[in-house]
Amino acid sequence: MRKILAVETKLYLREWPVMLYTIVLPVGLLLILGSIPDMGRPDPALGGQRVTDTQLPAMMTLLAMLTLAFTVLPTVLTTYRERGVLRRMSTTPVHPARMLAGQLLINVAVGVVSTVLVVVLGRLVLGTAMPRQPVGFVLVFLLGTAALMAMGLVIASLATSGKAASGIGSVVMFPLMFVAGMWLPREVMPQALRVFSDYSVAGPFAQAMRATWAGGWPQPLHLVVMGAALLVFGWLAVRLFRWE
Amino acid sequence: MKVIEVRNLRKSYPHHVAVEDVSFEVAEGEIFGILGPNGAGKTTTVECVAGLRVPDSGTVRVAGLDPHDDRDELRRVLGVQLQSAALPEKIKVWEALDLYASFYPHPADWEELMGRVGLREKRDTAFAKLSGGQRQRLSVALALVGRPRVAVLDELTTGLDPQARRDTWELVGQVRDSGVTIVLVTHFMEEAERLCDRLTLIDRGRVVATGTPAALVAQAGGEQRLRFRPSAPVDHALLLALPEVRSVTGGGEHLEVTGVGDLAPAVTLALAEHRIVPTDLRVEQATLDDAFLALTGRTLS
Repeated sequence: MRKILAVETKLYLREWPVMLYTIVLPVGLLLILGSIPDMGRPDPALGGQRVTDTQLPAMMTLLAMLTLAFTVLPTVLTTYRERGVLRRMSTTPVHPARMLAGQLLINVAVGVVSTVLVVVLGRLVLGTAMPRQPVGFVLVFLLGTAALMAMGLVIASLATSGKAASGIGSVVMFPLMFVAGMWLPREVMPQALRVFSDYSVAGPFAQAMRATWAGGWPQPLHLVVMGAALLVFGWLAVRLFRWE
Repeated sequence: MKVIEVRNLRKSYPHHVAVEDVSFEVAEGEIFGILGPNGAGKTTTVECVAGLRVPDSGTVRVAGLDPHDDRDELRRVLGVQLQSAALPEKIKVWEALDLYASFYPHPADWEELMGRVGLREKRDTAFAKLSGGQRQRLSVALALVGRPRVAVLDELTTGLDPQARRDTWELVGQVRDSGVTIVLVTHFMEEAERLCDRLTLIDRGRVVATGTPAALVAQAGGEQRLRFRPSAPVDHALLLALPEVRSVTGGGEHLEVTGVGDLAPAVTLALAEHRIVPTDLRVEQATLDDAFLALTGRTLS
């Protein structure tokens, strides 16, 4: 397993443009948008919070995780299946599930790197506080990431080609970003959209991160939605995933 | 000793029956060919042997193991090179070998194996940058890296140029000489004739015939044909008297003689006794293609 991880990590790093979308873009946007003076002023619409306090860093973390779960992971796995990489591996004593596990781990690790950079650079450059409820933040991060990755695996199960996977991934990802509050914070959403947002998995993930960032605890509903998504999509992925 | 035993294998997919009824045995140390046209059920057959598919009925044993029940054990004795199984584009030759070696409890020395398949200079080349022949040789190396007793090689030379094909054939011969039993799946008659000790002809999911290439040709009434221009008129009866000759056609200009056995020496000797020289002599051997045609009424390609 260590060798699979080592080789897969090397292959991942050779596809370096992926890093632009999953690390450079979210961190860069955080710093650029966060440097706009208005973003650093208390905003009555956010209940007196500054945009840079929780909204912007949570959204950039979400951007990284959505990109990893919905485009990077499904594209790699579908391409591996399409090219017969998984099929070849299934002729050896090592089941291709190890390869899948390796890919999941690597994507989570890249997500962690991106998130740590958002937290640390946010603190150093923008004066954003570190998550005030660190344990809660880590748990929310893990739960939300697991739920999104399970959804990504379902996409990898349904798509027949690498291109189809990245297509489906993008089509799912952008509406999720919107309802999660990427462009319109939850506080200013119309009521109908807010209900929608609360069940969108990405929305609960973002709001739960914001809550723990501010030092509170997430809404139980948001945790339930993420937990349920993990179970349902995890089960679907196990049922639907094809090795060839 | 039998290494592989397949009995009354049957496998159907939702819309068609891929394998109707296939039985054969492979002996230790031989190159056994599975020859047939595209869509005959060859790949499905070896996929059942490799434990990648579960047969609807029939039994398969590889080194005494049931490919489905003894999945893990089977993968240690059987190396498989699959048709259309690639690698990630950017993986380097040495990384692929190193990775696949780590999958087995007692792997071969992959550095040495890399030299044996002639890829030492390509050690640091990415899979996407390898030529077709190099990819196939890497593929063979990956099938051998676990030191299997049996290697299944599926459509090894499809899409290769003639030189790469001959290099690959040579490699397969060397692998057999190192003691590995080989199951070679192919639709190239020439490949089967040249490499296989024994082979089975498969058509539409059924075994048509099994045996050595020569026996199959003979079984199909494998005739040889001689054509030549005699230096003087020949009395047909003279040649028909030879036990090897079956028929004689043609006249003064061109003569065509068909027959079996040592036809060419027998005919030329008989002609020489009558001081007749056969010029422009051409010998046409029956091939597996002819055998397949005779047995199924269809050609291989």
